[in-house]
Amino acid sequence: MVIVGAGQGGLQVAESLRAEGYDGPITLIGEEASAPYHRPPLSKAILAGTMEEAQLAIRGAEFFERQRIALLTGTRVAAIDRSARHVRLEDGRRLEYRGLALATGARVRRLPVAGDELDGVLGLRSLDDARRIRVALDRAARVVVIGGGYIGLEVAAAARKRGLEVTILEAADRLLARSATPFLAAFYADLHRSQGALVELGAKVVALDGQGGRVTAVRTADGRSHPADLVVVGVGIVPDTALAEGCGLACDGGILVDDSARTDDPAIVAVGDCTARRTGTGTPLRLESVQNAVEQGRSAAAALLGRERPFTAAPWFWSDQYDVKLQIVGLSADHDRMVLRGSPEDRRFSAFYFRRDALVAIDSINRPADHMAGRKLLDHKTMITPEQAADESLPLASLMRPGR
Amino acid sequence: MAKVTFIEHDGLEQVVDIPTGWTLMQGAVQSGVAGIEGECGGSCACATCHCYVDEALVDSLPPPSETEEEMLDCTASERRSNSRLSCQIRVSDALDGMVVRLPEAQS
Ligand SMILES: Cc1cc2nc3c(=O)[nH]c(=O)nc-3n(C[C@H](O)[C@H](O)[C@H](O)COP(=O)(O)OP(=O)(O)OC[C@H]3O[C@@H](n4cnc5c(N)ncnc54)[C@H](O)[C@@H]3O)c2cc1C
Ligand code: FES
Repeated sequence: MVIVGAGQGGLQVAESLRAEGYDGPITLIGEEASAPYHRPPLSKAILAGTMEEAQLAIRGAEFFERQRIALLTGTRVAAIDRSARHVRLEDGRRLEYRGLALATGARVRRLPVAGDELDGVLGLRSLDDARRIRVALDRAARVVVIGGGYIGLEVAAAARKRGLEVTILEAADRLLARSATPFLAAFYADLHRSQGALVELGAKVVALDGQGGRVTAVRTADGRSHPADLVVVGVGIVPDTALAEGCGLACDGGILVDDSARTDDPAIVAVGDCTARRTGTGTPLRLESVQNAVEQGRSAAAALLGRERPFTAAPWFWSDQYDVKLQIVGLSADHDRMVLRGSPEDRRFSAFYFRRDALVAIDSINRPADHMAGRKLLDHKTMITPEQAADESLPLASLMRPGR
Repeated sequence: MAKVTFIEHDGLEQVVDIPTGWTLMQGAVQSGVAGIEGECGGSCACATCHCYVDEALVDSLPPPSETEEEMLDCTASERRSNSRLSCQIRVSDALDGMVVRLPEAQS
């Protein structure tokens, strides 16, 4: 078995293959120098300086030895030959496979404006990126974050905590436009403003200015110039589908997979940020989360062994900013009603989203018990009413279907 | 550095050296202790790092935060008086020789 991409998803495929009883050779190939590591702390504890790099590793070296997983780091796969069933490494070596997993993740989206290549303009995806940003934060006084998505907001929070001047520029008319409801977005705009960050909505970046090759300011379409000695660009990611496209696998904003992580080629599965799930109706579903990578990794390992273990659990995600913990479960995009439990003023509440009277998602702010109970409610498709959701005196866990 | 013994639900024992300042969860997963998943990487967001700590030591540990308390109410296996999330326990020399038992299931 060969796995391309030694991140969260790729490692999970390898581990799950062993857990499922597969005893043959497993090769896990990753282009980064490090063994698989947790990415979420990169924009949180690593920037805050409360976590050392060594603590990021998901598994230690002895684990790979004991599980007989051959880990090739610093190794890039250049192409896949599906008819010959081998992958070609950048150095020309070939590796044959019986089953192949693609877990190539994603790359940061570049800004299509002049000045994007100036020193002091950084994106955040990898440990190397986080190292660069940390060094830059040590020297910076004025930070401009371009893009009000989760990564941008977490970087902004880390920079504010260090006492730096922070401006968040978001082109849309609200934060988190792609991934959260307007209500949650407004909560985060307030949060960041209350912590002293400038949040500029509808701020379309047209150019980055520099001096001597270093960035000095960010210019927006309204003619304003925002001075900066560090610019962090968090305008989303592009799924890394190059290998899959190169060998003719179907892609549509991600490598297309079914609920069991299978691609169109029965010998190839794909997991994590590089994938988009066929939903039967509508556009393929692309999720960028640890849970998605882990669950698809489990499904993929089973599929490679000819077993069924579809990933049907409700999607969940978390984000830490300042002292606010957000936990999301479900997909709120098409909700038609929202009710609250707790109060936004206290920074402790859950927003419950319904569509045609069915619960579809919950955003919890500093209410982990709601989140955990909500995951069970959604996974078991338990019916609850908006009134029950809003009733603080009713513990959510008590609404679970009996017998589950 | 502390030597910590993890005892999995099936009785399998593993002794792990954990550097000071790391969490119990980090030490366990990096050494491949199977009974701890640690899906969220230690953010206190997933509750898949539940463990039962040494009865003798439980009271000497810093108490769980409000967040950890709430997460502990929602563990997959039974919560006991010595239940903790292993990602929230920082290792120091004082924990040398500690014994940690793992629940039957994490998710
Ligand atoms: C800063 C940051 C913060 C995050 N915070 C959260 C959070 O709070 N909660 C949450 O749920 N999720 C969070 N995420 C998202 C989560 O980390 C990702 O969804 C998850 O890592 C996806 O795993 P993956 O295996 O698909 O990709 P990755 O972990 O990115 O792994 C892909 C790997 O494949 C390698 N690769 C690509 N092409 C090749 C090739 N041709 N040959 C060899 N190797 C190759 C890449 O170098 C990379 O190492 C965060 C992500 C980032 C970057
Ligand atoms: S690792 Fe997720 S709560 Fe401890």
